[in-house]
Amino acid sequence: MTKNPTMSERDVSTERAREMSETNTIVIEAGRTNRRYWRDLWAARQVIWILAVRDISVRYKQSLLGVTWVVLRPLLIIAVFTLVFEKIARLPSDDGMPYSLMVMGGMVPWVLFSVSLPDITNSLVNNSNLIGKVFFPRMSIPLSSMSNAIMEFTICMLLLVVLMVFYGVPLSWNLALVPLFGMLALLPSIGLGLWWAALNVRYRDFRFIIPFIVQFGLYVTPIGFSSQLIPERWRPLLYMNPMTAVVDGVRWCISGGTTALDPLSIVGSLAISSLLVIFGLYYFRKSEKAFADVI
Amino acid sequence: MSSEVSDVAIRIDGLGKRYSIRHVQERGQTNLREVISSRLHSLFRGSRQDGGQPGRNGKSTEDIWVLQDINLDIRKGEVVGIIGRNGAGKSTLLKILSRITEPTVGRATISGRVASLLEVGTGFHSELTGRENIFLNGTILGMSRKEIRSKFDDIVAFSGVEKFLDTPVKRYSSGMYVRLAFAVASHLDPDILIVDEVLAVGDMDFQKKCLGRMDEVSRQGRTVLFVSHNLPMISALCSQCVLLDSGRLVAKGPTETVLPLYHGASFTESRQPASHDEPDGRNKRIELSSACVTNRQGEVIDKCSIFDDIRISMTYAISEDVPEAVIPMFHVLDEKGEYVFLSYPHDWSPELGRQAGLYEVSCHVPAHLLNDGSYSVSLQVNTVANGHTLEFFEHHALRFIVMDNIHENPYREHVKYSYQHPGAVRPLLDWTLTRKDTDD
Repeated sequence: MTKNPTMSERDVSTERAREMSETNTIVIEAGRTNRRYWRDLWAARQVIWILAVRDISVRYKQSLLGVTWVVLRPLLIIAVFTLVFEKIARLPSDDGMPYSLMVMGGMVPWVLFSVSLPDITNSLVNNSNLIGKVFFPRMSIPLSSMSNAIMEFTICMLLLVVLMVFYGVPLSWNLALVPLFGMLALLPSIGLGLWWAALNVRYRDFRFIIPFIVQFGLYVTPIGFSSQLIPERWRPLLYMNPMTAVVDGVRWCISGGTTALDPLSIVGSLAISSLLVIFGLYYFRKSEKAFADVI
Repeated sequence: MSSEVSDVAIRIDGLGKRYSIRHVQERGQTNLREVISSRLHSLFRGSRQDGGQPGRNGKSTEDIWVLQDINLDIRKGEVVGIIGRNGAGKSTLLKILSRITEPTVGRATISGRVASLLEVGTGFHSELTGRENIFLNGTILGMSRKEIRSKFDDIVAFSGVEKFLDTPVKRYSSGMYVRLAFAVASHLDPDILIVDEVLAVGDMDFQKKCLGRMDEVSRQGRTVLFVSHNLPMISALCSQCVLLDSGRLVAKGPTETVLPLYHGASFTESRQPASHDEPDGRNKRIELSSACVTNRQGEVIDKCSIFDDIRISMTYAISEDVPEAVIPMFHVLDEKGEYVFLSYPHDWSPELGRQAGLYEVSCHVPAHLLNDGSYSVSLQVNTVANGHTLEFFEHHALRFIVMDNIHENPYREHVKYSYQHPGAVRPLLDWTLTRKDTDD
């Protein structure tokens, strides 16, 4: 039975030694927590996932219409914008596209941006009970808080397809690029969100600033109107808004490539968004050490 | 050297944590306006060379070291209790070791998977069902989904809330909530477990269950750090104890030696770091030479009757004159290890008994004080300067039994009651019996 006990013993001991070297030794020191940041974040992916799922399943609890709101909200805005801009102001639409479909093209990415920005900004404060009591990379919290925005974005994409069928607009392969533009819409939101989430831990004023910014953004971004209405010389200013390229991009997808999409706007959007993300990451990483002490 | 290192689960070197407290700020959160206006003010003042007090504008901050100069090694498999008064820095220490907050200075090296329980039900969401919360809480505490799934049935069984698994936890009673939360936590599988006071909740039965679970965990060779104000719990669970006071480590050692320091002594008065050398690590200035329990006739005994006066004595030698004050102590514990009393000379004065020489101290334990049962006496001598230094501590050095012979007790004799009376003491109290229905 015990043919070769020494052999198995050695196996066990080498196994243990390997295990020992693998068990990570953590060094806690001022300013040192950051060394294995991204590895820790990757290890926390299940935490990110479960927090994301929690945020989605909790949001529409105890509301009568539930997820229907996801569809209702953009539809109401589309109705208002179409009424105001097309029927009253008599603005032309892009390339003969039905006006409400054009507005929908703007709403799809705007939903992603306008839902995710407040969610990210408030994420740390909303999860302060976790921050003070358990360790996991703090970045997991803002990352997971985008779940509702992504879900609403997905539903709005489906709604878009339904509207296109309703208006008899042919579905083109360009539509497959909509998620890509969605990612482009998420970047500025992540950049600003990380920055403001960190600030929000100390200064709760952002709770009041955010709704205003989102409201403002809805009007400076060509959502209710076509970007083609803006005179040529003001275009660069318009392109400073990273959402301009996203909105034009989605409309370009809807039209099957016939509406205008200025490559310069995409370059501008990418540049501004990257700057925002880099700064957001920098500021978040810089201040996250103190979150537990301040929150 | 390497074997020594791999033996240590947590090594703490010179750890300290400083908080800056803003004085005027009374609300918890800061307001952007206040910051901007105070920045403007300071700009303004700077240019005008204002001579006012610095604290005028709500800007005065004070640095408070909540932890200072903590040096500590915790070996693998040790169960260490951390004790100290409120504000002693216990929770901050746990938070640093759990990586929730960063130390200001120093470092801690931790080898092994850490799980910390600073709260029962961290991350529980009241809108979610019990089932959902098991996964949520488990994941946040560091379990993988696979792990939770495999332990799910055990967790549910331990919690005893099977019937309400699909009910939102906001409909739970607080007892059910705590049970579910602890059930998840107790199925963590870490090398090092950090627990803060969480057992203070829940009913007695459940606490017992938790204690059993903690005991199990420690017997599997895991390292446990445990903060509690419940000293019987500490002495039941922890072999080692760390005593913190005002952010400093005052003592570390076997629980029986550290607990008395927390119990009785006036160490809070001293802000100086007390020396906490291992008693065997240096030359002993004071050494125990003998000890015994005697009866009234001076005979050494190991049992006595509840009617007997007894005397506990010990003899110790001081090999050189000691500059500090010397204080002898007796700890009397019952058979379950619970304290009956701690005693030291009540007429003690710091000048007494400091010269080199041989000393005998004894204390008289009167009859009808101790209940029947078996007792142990631990012997201790401390020197006191800016803190306590343990000179020696002999755990359970003496044992004796107090008997209650039923023939000497008329009531017991009559009813043939031979069980032990409950309680640690059996004082002989004055009773009166008066008949009230007659006039004379």
